[in-house]
Amino acid sequence: MKRTLILAAALIGSGAVVSAQTVSPDDVAYDEYGSIEVSLSGAAGDPAVGAEIMSDRGQGNCVACHQVSALTAAFQGNIGPSLDGAGDRWDEAQLRGIVADAKMTFPDSMMPSFYKVSGFIRPGNAYTGKAADDTFTSLLTAQQIEDVVAYLATLKE
Amino acid sequence: MKRTGLLQTAGLIGLIAMATTATAQDDSQLVVNGEIEMVTDAPAPENIGGLKTIYSGWRFRQSEMQALQTDDFENPGAYAIDEGVEMWATVEGSEGKSCASCHEDIEDSMAGVRAVYPKWNESKGQVMTLAQQINDCRTEQMGAEAWKYDGGDMTSMEAAISLQSRGMPVNVATDGPAADAWAKGEEMYYTRYGQLELSCANCHEDNYDNNIRADHLSQGQINGFPAFRIKTGKLTQTHNRFKGCIRDTRAETFSPGSDEFVALELYVASRGNGLSVEAPSVRP
Ligand code: HEC
Ligand code: HEC
Ligand code: HEC
Repeated sequence: MKRTLILAAALIGSGAVVSAQTVSPDDVAYDEYGSIEVSLSGAAGDPAVGAEIMSDRGQGNCVACHQVSALTAAFQGNIGPSLDGAGDRWDEAQLRGIVADAKMTFPDSMMPSFYKVSGFIRPGNAYTGKAADDTFTSLLTAQQIEDVVAYLATLKE
Repeated sequence: MKRTGLLQTAGLIGLIAMATTATAQDDSQLVVNGEIEMVTDAPAPENIGGLKTIYSGWRFRQSEMQALQTDDFENPGAYAIDEGVEMWATVEGSEGKSCASCHEDIEDSMAGVRAVYPKWNESKGQVMTLAQQINDCRTEQMGAEAWKYDGGDMTSMEAAISLQSRGMPVNVATDGPAADAWAKGEEMYYTRYGQLELSCANCHEDNYDNNIRADHLSQGQINGFPAFRIKTGKLTQTHNRFKGCIRDTRAETFSPGSDEFVALELYVASRGNGLSVEAPSVRP
């Protein structure tokens, strides 16, 4: 009951910024390996913006778990593998799938699902410790996912 | 074909990252006031399947922070001991009693108590934390008002009582009447809460000794609680630590003193069975 409400609210919430081509989190088509073929926003990503999202604690904060030599962000973590060369190891569709919901590619991965709005246990309202309300959205927007994917594609060795 | 190769590569890299979790930061040994020798690593208890060796959080801290805990004159959490001991002898409530009226000398009556809490209480028919037991004495024995579960008074009293077990091995019972609460706590430990879908085990079992951004992950043991946190500048209770860790998974957290946190405390305490009681410890 509560979960349905949150979900409905989240859909309405993201509805405000959604353009015609944007695929909403619950409608994303993953292939059997976890890849997503088409842009989630309908537009191309901006790698420079993607780099910022990856370093920013309030956004992707990917460097909390990954080391990326090309980023200057301080205190890069080592929970996941280094992302150096990620653009060689994975194609764009694979990267999009990993960033949107890594658990589709790596079952049970510790990596958070950045483009997902349902199926959580006790979802909260950001970092307040309170229950999620109608402001609940995916961790990143469709365009932010595309920006991050565009940056990852530049990580070649 | 290509995909399989890629997946395997990523998996291997992951394994290498995991392999570094085998050892805690260093082999330093903790001796407090030049006399109390602490056990900061021990074989994992048999019912804790995910760990081979258990380590105190002290082992993961940098040497400057470690040093603060070796001497009570340096330990910024020591203030609470004096506060707690003073309250021990303070008469409060309708019965005109202090803790000392019934329990007399804190050093004798409270020796070893911290090490076995949370503990099953037969008359109440439930597992109780030290804080719950203290409040029970206040309301039922003294006719005084309960302290706020995680307030300053309670934390100081807990620190003063815990001190009487310092250096003794944690030894909470997990079987018999406590088994249900323990199992509930164990389930919580492996539940992936919040929008980040992270369980205690994701960080403190699978990734201890790794870094998550600037934080060097420990095993999340509670043998050092209440702990003085440099970040907040005060002593912190176990349930407050739990509350923060769950909040940081972008989850709706639980409240200090809740049934959930009592069960979780019993389980987490049992993961440290064999480590020394360290309170008051010093942590980031
Ligand atoms: C809580 C830790 C965590 C965070 C935060 C995180 N990841 Fe990951 N990531 C992992 C782990 C662990 C793996 C290894 C895959 C697995 O689970 O087996 C991984 C794998 C990956 C991979 C594939 C590894 C390779 O071969 O290059 C990519 C790409 C990736 N993450 C990108 C990101 C991006 C981009 C972000 C931020 C939007 C991010 N990750 C945030 C933990 C994390
Ligand atoms: C009127 C007498 C009385 C007073 C006053 C009193 N207590 Fe108690 N306390 C008891 C009794 C009786 C028990 C055993 C209760 C039980 O097992 O349910 C007990 C048990 C305890 C225990 C658990 C000991 C163990 O071995 O498990 C702690 C801790 C404790 N008291 C702390 C305090 C503190 C702190 C105060 C003052 C704030 C206090 N008590 C005041 C009578 C008292
Ligand atoms: C995203 C990772 C993460 C998760 C999930 C997490 N914690 Fe923590 N926890 C930390 C960090 C970071 C610290 C501070 C450094 C350290 O001691 O690990 C910490 C510290 C602690 C400490 C203090 C240890 C000490 O010696 O001072 C305890 C206790 C603790 N966590 C318990 C838990 C419990 C119980 C859960 C599950 C409800 C949990 N944590 C979930 C990251 C996490």
